[in-house]
Amino acid sequence: MSDIPKGKLALYWAASCGGCEIAVLAINEKILDVAALFDIVFWPVAVDAKVRDVEKMPDKSIDVCLFNGSIRTSEQEYMAQLLRRKAKVLVAFGSCASEGCIPGLANATTRRKIFDTAYHTTPSTDNPDRTEPQTKTAVPEGTLHLPVFYESVRTLNQTVPVDYFLPGCPPEAERIWDAILAIVENRLPPPGTVIGAETTVCDECKRTRNEKKVKKFYRTWQVIPDDETCLLEQGLLCCGLATRAGCGALCPQVNSPCIGCYGANKGVEDFGARMMASLSSMIDSNDPEEIDRIIRDGIPDPVGSFYRFSLAAGHLRRAKKLQIAD
Amino acid sequence: MSDSNFKPRIAAFLCNWCSYTASDLAGTARIKYSPYARIIRVMCSGRVDPTFVLKAFALGADGVLIAGCHPGDCHYIEQNYKTIRRHAMLRYFLEQMGIETDRLRLVWASAAEGQYLAESIDRFVADVQKLGPLNWSANWREDGEREMALEEIMAEHAEAMEV
Repeated sequence: MSDIPKGKLALYWAASCGGCEIAVLAINEKILDVAALFDIVFWPVAVDAKVRDVEKMPDKSIDVCLFNGSIRTSEQEYMAQLLRRKAKVLVAFGSCASEGCIPGLANATTRRKIFDTAYHTTPSTDNPDRTEPQTKTAVPEGTLHLPVFYESVRTLNQTVPVDYFLPGCPPEAERIWDAILAIVENRLPPPGTVIGAETTVCDECKRTRNEKKVKKFYRTWQVIPDDETCLLEQGLLCCGLATRAGCGALCPQVNSPCIGCYGANKGVEDFGARMMASLSSMIDSNDPEEIDRIIRDGIPDPVGSFYRFSLAAGHLRRAKKLQIAD
Repeated sequence: MSDSNFKPRIAAFLCNWCSYTASDLAGTARIKYSPYARIIRVMCSGRVDPTFVLKAFALGADGVLIAGCHPGDCHYIEQNYKTIRRHAMLRYFLEQMGIETDRLRLVWASAAEGQYLAESIDRFVADVQKLGPLNWSANWREDGEREMALEEIMAEHAEAMEV
């Protein structure tokens, strides 16, 4: 490997929890191989390079940029545009960049409500002057800027064109390493592809499956499921059937239903719609009133249950603004 | 907001065996009904994936109509019961997303009910007209503050680059 000229690698985070940064380190000692193969030119969490340094690089001079996090503020959008310009290959790394993930759930509410909660209504908040962050503040030395907080969270691909997607919250270490090898050995799939399996979590799950007939949906704390049968058959909202494989069905293995962190499988346009379609098929009733009862009693939060990781990437992207503004 | 000048865009999914035949019957019987429903023929109302409905709204539909055989009469035995459940599921979801549930309607019309289908479309169009345009794509557009902020960051950074 040593005779290959060193590539240039950049990593960046936008609206994310930081778990993706840790996931990069979960490849353990192979991180040394990465360092041997690439010069890490920009990685705010680990390497001392500044945005200025990136701005000074010629366009397309970074070989690969792994970008995690969704786009929530103007600063993040600026960084997405900057890194898109500087990088030959831009990878949406992890669920946030790919489909919005947990930050994307903020699209179920509005900026106003988020600010109210964060700066005013939480019991531990003491803010009698009702101070809120301003995008511009005049001080004697000049004007200070804060990024604009957008109304909606967007995925990376809704902001700038993305070459590859690496799903997962966070991506599993083996999948990250597979992707890095694919980049190094120059055997990347056509641009626009999700680097990962093309089957569902159900395929990796060892539980026995029969025809599904459900009279009642349960939340995880309401039942202790047996560890043999399919969790959906036991009435738990397991998202495995819509979710891309790649994790090894870790959650169902330990009696916990899949929450869909690996994102929509190939062919699934809208994760939540696939869940709604499938769950509807297995409800064991033909009586409209009973159907309504089964759904409404068992699923208190349809957006959160069906779109936990993909609201921003779904067809509707967010809840209606005006409706929830008041 | 009732506006008779508002021409709603309605995506109408009609099942091949009953409701589409009903619309044919309405046509041959020269029954007049609203032209705002764009009819899409599907083999069965059970073929209408929730994805179709959400995509229709996202692409600019003001209402979505699903029409199929009466329960018990499905050509595919019981797929329209699945439609009942999907409709219930979608309504519940749309409520949480802030979309008026009246924008999604499920109608049963047999092959003989051309008149009834025409009336149902007219009623649905009138109801959607009352609700007004949905214009969903405007919903994720950011206000002008975004572009200003981006320009400012760029100007500020360009200035710093010269130092």
